[in-house]
Amino acid sequence: MINQRVRDLALSDTGFVFDPYSGATFTVNPTGLCILRALAEGLARPDVVRRLRESFDAPPAEVEADLDDFLHLLGQQGVLPQDFHLDT
Amino acid sequence: MTQKPLTIAVTGLNATDNPAPGVGVLRALRLGDPESRLVGLAYDALDAGIYADGLTSDVFLIPYPSQGLEAFFSRLEYVHDKVGLDVIIPTLDAELPSFIDLEPRLRQLGIRLFLPTREQLDLRSKARLVDLGRKSGIVVPATAVVSDVEELGRVHEKVPYPFFVKGVFYGATLASTYEEAVHAFYKVVSQWGLPVVVQATVRGEEFNVVGVGDGKGGLVGAVPMKKMVITDKGKGWAGITVRDPALAEVTQAFVKATSWRGPFEVEAMRDAEGRYHLIEVNPRFPAWTFLSCAAGMNLPHAVAELAAGRPAPVFGDYKVGSMFVRIAIDQVASFADFQHMVTLGEVARTTNGGQP
Repeated sequence: MINQRVRDLALSDTGFVFDPYSGATFTVNPTGLCILRALAEGLARPDVVRRLRESFDAPPAEVEADLDDFLHLLGQQGVLPQDFHLDT
Repeated sequence: MTQKPLTIAVTGLNATDNPAPGVGVLRALRLGDPESRLVGLAYDALDAGIYADGLTSDVFLIPYPSQGLEAFFSRLEYVHDKVGLDVIIPTLDAELPSFIDLEPRLRQLGIRLFLPTREQLDLRSKARLVDLGRKSGIVVPATAVVSDVEELGRVHEKVPYPFFVKGVFYGATLASTYEEAVHAFYKVVSQWGLPVVVQATVRGEEFNVVGVGDGKGGLVGAVPMKKMVITDKGKGWAGITVRDPALAEVTQAFVKATSWRGPFEVEAMRDAEGRYHLIEVNPRFPAWTFLSCAAGMNLPHAVAELAAGRPAPVFGDYKVGSMFVRIAIDQVASFADFQHMVTLGEVARTTNGGQP
């Protein structure tokens, strides 16, 4: 179950993100933006990975690793709970 | 049938790097009803808001409340004779007790206020923040009230260092040692008198809420904001409206516990776990009040309407992501206005109650 806070993030096409809970603003690269949009839609992990592979030319292992890194980063920033795990 | 435009006086026109709320409140009132006659009540002939283009119709110097209630009332009576006031919106902490005490007499003159009672005012005072926390269920930092240096020497047993040394009305100095605390204590006492409030520090991010209570435990409206730039005086120089249900709960709990009537500002810190700690509640509009208009809730206009006995505007939701960035500009001032303020204590720009 995806966190409501991720659904409420304001995402712009340029990668500018506004978190209305904390008032924080930050920028993400196209990969990050793709992940945030997928999370906001409530996609499960395999679907997020599939979308990333459709959008970016990268080997599966690298996509998985990048996804984990980004989720960890979102946890560090308080956007996701620290113990968050994406449904498989 | 259209309602008669109100004549509304607002205090707190100083607008330095630590601005009073008056200018923001006046801008909101102008936006709320362009036909209203706005009158400034200033404490100093060089208060910047006096000279802001198109802000007020007339401005009058008023004495500090410390000069006595009768002198204060007498001057308000004079202003009323001159312009026919309907509503006064005080915006400074130190003048609120005087306005509350004068409310019945001002009402007899036909001047309305929308303020808390003395009891409500006292309950949210810094000295009673712990009581408020207990009553409302809001988390508050450890706080102690001290009246002399001897007490200050023992206060770390209740409130550990580092802590803030605060005046009853204004000011907060961080003290990490006894020597720093003593220095801050005397500084606060010289400015604001006794008692002095000592408050534990809370690590986290600061959030503020501007709101208006209806006096029955409900909210007329409220807009929360996160400071994006903070000056060396701790003032927000830029901010953005946010939406966090937990912060809304703190605001509602405060209003419900006090049955707050009138404007207020909640100041809270959010810790790493997302828990809010109530730092203080200011019993008036904050300087950043105009942001409430940008977010779709003109709270000063609502207060003027409520004070006048009219129904408050019904607000929808506020807009999240509304932002302000303060600016310091050198405005060209009228020397004639300055001359009038110094010699006559007033500037009357209109004679028939119209626009400036």
